[in-house]
Amino acid sequence: MKQIAARIAWSAGLILAVIVMCFSLIHLAPGDVAIVIAGDSGAGDPEVIAEIREDLGLDDPFLVQLGGYVGDVVQGDLGTSYRFNEPVTDLIVTRLWPTFLLVGTAVSFAIVIGVLVGVFTARRPESPISHGVTVFSLTGYSMPVFWTGLLLIIMFASNVQWFPVSGMRDVRLDGNWLEEWVDIAHHLVLPSITLGVIYLAQYSRLSRASMLEVLQSDYVRTARAKGLTERRVVYKHALRNAVIPVVTVAGLQFGQMLSGALLVETVFNWPGLGRLAADSVFQRDAPVLLGILILSSTLVVIINILTDVVYRLIDPRIRVGAATK
Amino acid sequence: MTVPVTPVSPEQGDLGPPGRQALRLFIRNKAAVFGLILLVAIVFMTLFGSFFYDQDPSRIIARPLQGPGEGDAPAFGTDYLGRDVLAGVVNGGSTSLTVALVAVLLVAVIGVSIGAVSGYYGGWIDVALMRVTEMFQVLPALLFAMVIVALFEPSTRSVSVAIGLASWPQTARLTRAEFLRLKNLEFVKAARASGASDFRIIWGVIFPNALPPLIVSITLIMGAAILFESGLAFLGLGDPNSQSWGLMIGLSRQTFLNGWWTVTFPGMAIFATVLSFSLIGDGLQDAFNPKLRGR
Repeated sequence: MKQIAARIAWSAGLILAVIVMCFSLIHLAPGDVAIVIAGDSGAGDPEVIAEIREDLGLDDPFLVQLGGYVGDVVQGDLGTSYRFNEPVTDLIVTRLWPTFLLVGTAVSFAIVIGVLVGVFTARRPESPISHGVTVFSLTGYSMPVFWTGLLLIIMFASNVQWFPVSGMRDVRLDGNWLEEWVDIAHHLVLPSITLGVIYLAQYSRLSRASMLEVLQSDYVRTARAKGLTERRVVYKHALRNAVIPVVTVAGLQFGQMLSGALLVETVFNWPGLGRLAADSVFQRDAPVLLGILILSSTLVVIINILTDVVYRLIDPRIRVGAATK
Repeated sequence: MTVPVTPVSPEQGDLGPPGRQALRLFIRNKAAVFGLILLVAIVFMTLFGSFFYDQDPSRIIARPLQGPGEGDAPAFGTDYLGRDVLAGVVNGGSTSLTVALVAVLLVAVIGVSIGAVSGYYGGWIDVALMRVTEMFQVLPALLFAMVIVALFEPSTRSVSVAIGLASWPQTARLTRAEFLRLKNLEFVKAARASGASDFRIIWGVIFPNALPPLIVSITLIMGAAILFESGLAFLGLGDPNSQSWGLMIGLSRQTFLNGWWTVTFPGMAIFATVLSFSLIGDGLQDAFNPKLRGR
């Protein structure tokens, strides 16, 4: 418990460091935001630019800007988007749940199917299916995620039109909440498979490896010696330990998944955080970019801590080990 | 008095028996050898392909969006402007491979140096360096790289640097772990007792012994860097003046439903390249750690 409290404390420091670094990077880099904004309203007029600079406080010394920004962030204010002229927090909040829905579905799909495949093949390590999993895991890992997405669209949204090509909902639909959910789920299938397939490949391989190890351990032999059915030994005793590395890896990969989500959202026009980020890069919308960088780093830190907690909950050995140290 | 340091350890020596054993195991591994052949073929195509298939990938040669075998279209069809897709595939590898190579060099230099110093010295140096590492690790890599590329104009150089900066933490952690494991072993103590300098112990004594896992990791990062580069190019953040597989796919995004070949073939090239590195990395892992085979 004490360890976790300490971790939370220095995680806050870590996030502060991330804020300072990202802010410095964006603000000290070449290129003037004021010119970008002014360019849009058609003016290369130095007066307009001076006014914009004044408005945004771009003429203040760097440290003053940084201090002001950190102060605002601590109070939950991420500034105003240059492009949308809306508070960054609002923009992010409306885009957050589509991304969570996408990543959450993809990860659940990958973990559940991955572990099942892993357990199945670990019981028959030399079977053709087992070797197939090894091949599949290398294949899944090596495919560029945006390409997988495009291929799935060609196959399942164009050749046979089972799923929509892009977007999150059908704008023509006018139904009750249930029909809306079904519509969203229908749109979710291809993007979440695209994102999930990479991790499915890794998790099936990982759980197969840890299952193979667990099945050779003493306590599994004991369970078998007691005369338990093979089914009970595998699913009741061994599975629990075989899941640990998968959950840990999934937790640690959360940041990577956000990168994957960015590409998948771009391919499928999914209205999430990743697309907002990609658009903001091209529009040089610094406040939105900073906001998303800070938010995703914070999420990664939080998920890492949660992974640690869950890990301790699933595996009593770690708790005991920590206590005896 | 200085005694010449001759580090002796059972694991050391690229040409010694353990190295030769690893090589033998690698050669016996069919998947790894296939990966190696695949990679050699891709590199050969990238370097010399234009001698055998002498077509300018940026020239319009036929009607747009003609599939393979339709009319006067070349083997892989034409893209939305009527350019030869096969010529693009043949010439697109040089950017990806160059960027990945430079990025990986950067990853190796930054990651290994930070990890080595951190693991060897420990104490506050370790704490400070690991905090910095962690800071880079929690940032979403792709977005961070996108920001860097966008801030400094997309070019082969900025893309390589961005990928390198976003990818080094993993290598730093691995190197640190290896150094922590090795630094208290007998042969390191012996070197220290004989008066070797810290620099000498880090690079001359510990580093060669930490190499096997690092080589595996760097090979896999090479594949990841290719994926990374193609992702950036797909999003429009590659070098606009050079041919690249990711860029080809990105440019065809509006029209790919009218021509599957415009995205399928460049994607297969990326896939094959990354796969070759994965297979080689896997094979090396098995060769260095025969006990873990089949995992």
